[in-house]
Amino acid sequence: MVHKFKQLGYNIVLDSDSNGVHVLDDCAYDMLDLISAPMSEEMPLNLPAQLAKYSEDDVRGAYAELYTLYKEGSLFAEDDYKKYSDTMVKSPVKSMCLNVSHDCNLRCEYCFAQTGDFGGERCIMPPEIGRKAIDFLIERSANRENIELDFFGGEPLMAWDTVMETVKYARSIEKQHGKNFRFTITTNGVLLDDEKIEFINREMVNVVLSLDGRRETTDRIRKTLNGKSAYDVIVPKFQKLVKGRTTEGKTDYYVRATFTKYNLDFTEDVLHMRELGFEQLSAEPVVTDEKEPFAITGADLPRIYSEYDKLCEVMANRTKDRFNFFHFMVDLDQGPCAIKRLRGCGCGNDYVAVDPNGNIFPCHQFVGIDKWKMGNLNDGTFDDEIKSYFAKTHLYSKQGCADCWAKFYCSGGCNANSYIYEGDCRKPHKLSCELQRKRLECALALAVHKALADSK
Amino acid sequence: MKHVVTVNKANLKASAEKGGCGKCTSSCQSACKTSCTVANQKCESVK
Ligand code: SF4
Ligand code: SF4
Repeated sequence: MVHKFKQLGYNIVLDSDSNGVHVLDDCAYDMLDLISAPMSEEMPLNLPAQLAKYSEDDVRGAYAELYTLYKEGSLFAEDDYKKYSDTMVKSPVKSMCLNVSHDCNLRCEYCFAQTGDFGGERCIMPPEIGRKAIDFLIERSANRENIELDFFGGEPLMAWDTVMETVKYARSIEKQHGKNFRFTITTNGVLLDDEKIEFINREMVNVVLSLDGRRETTDRIRKTLNGKSAYDVIVPKFQKLVKGRTTEGKTDYYVRATFTKYNLDFTEDVLHMRELGFEQLSAEPVVTDEKEPFAITGADLPRIYSEYDKLCEVMANRTKDRFNFFHFMVDLDQGPCAIKRLRGCGCGNDYVAVDPNGNIFPCHQFVGIDKWKMGNLNDGTFDDEIKSYFAKTHLYSKQGCADCWAKFYCSGGCNANSYIYEGDCRKPHKLSCELQRKRLECALALAVHKALADSK
Repeated sequence: MKHVVTVNKANLKASAEKGGCGKCTSSCQSACKTSCTVANQKCESVK
């Protein structure tokens, strides 16, 4: 499947099924609307007349070049990946979201965890559940060596003893089992202090730091319990953490914002975070009930698209104070294999989430939904049927994904979003799809821009 | 070539043939976990 679009002044073509990416001149770009596979070596006779605004030489030349791409398999490649999806089986569990705290010290209005408690009681995970989680991963991960565990919540720093205990336990037994634990943490930063910063920078391969950008954007929606500014508390702590980290040579962290209807000019928030000294940035659209005043709806799409265009241009033109924007990063050349791309969400299959009481759910977004409970660490139960269902939930079993040009970069979106907003894990959430495709165009354009600049 | 500049060659089919080793990070496509979407990942077996 071929997708063509203009961005940053380039005529870009993505051949989805081969991952070929090309930049075309106007003549070849217009021609793509008129031809399809199978291409013949001979140019169709009526093409010059259909493209009369170009010289016949150009039309011939462009056709010949497109034909070369076609022959080498990077244009109009066929989608023959379904055969791999038919053999998709359950994977070892090697990744976990550990909800160490179902409590939070902020009251962010858009929180999907309903201000931290996931609709249940506020509680903290005892250290022994953390240790059981490690045992579970060692047992269930078969021969997988790299095991990922993300401390999440609620606010995970509220369960600091459990975080430390869990890490310590894993480190004490990982070698004897041939495992390598990769810890990450997602925090709002309120409770960060020197000791925690030091521990996090030593033990965690990635940290996600939640901040919404400018002071007014952050404080409008990330509410503290005492009514004071969250921004003022958090920013210096994040700066300290990031400085410590980068001095040690670790570049993996994200300062992550959620944008809502209140700040559709989120480029300003991204740039503000850069001004604060952060270089790894992210801003993600809030996904929430349309009835919320800050919800993003279909009507906001044109505004958001133009904002993404703006951000994309800013990034392309910057020569200093550059930064990475999470959603505009693609690795064209060394990205994951096609098999991996058939199933972008590992939920319930190689990934699970565990709540403070040891209940196991397919992922952090399913936590608290009884119907999706997979088992419990205390009694050793683990539902294999739910696992099989998710193993078979991939591009070719989801509605519309096989015919979507973005499929090998989106990989079918978020199962939880689909379930919560469309009622079915296999029915992609339309608004998320639209945003995904737009971001991907920007990402591809930036990759093209960089490749062309490097080649000069 | 005069009309076309190829920025990325076809590499997806070949990746399918030798792929699926499972060494790479688990991924999540949702907005609430920034660390691991597919487009951001690298293959961990071709180092
Ligand atoms: S954008 Fe939507 S339709 Fe396209 S692959 Fe992703 S989830 Fe499927
Ligand atoms: S269901 Fe969504 S939130 Fe959960 S792991 Fe999959 S992509 Fe991530």
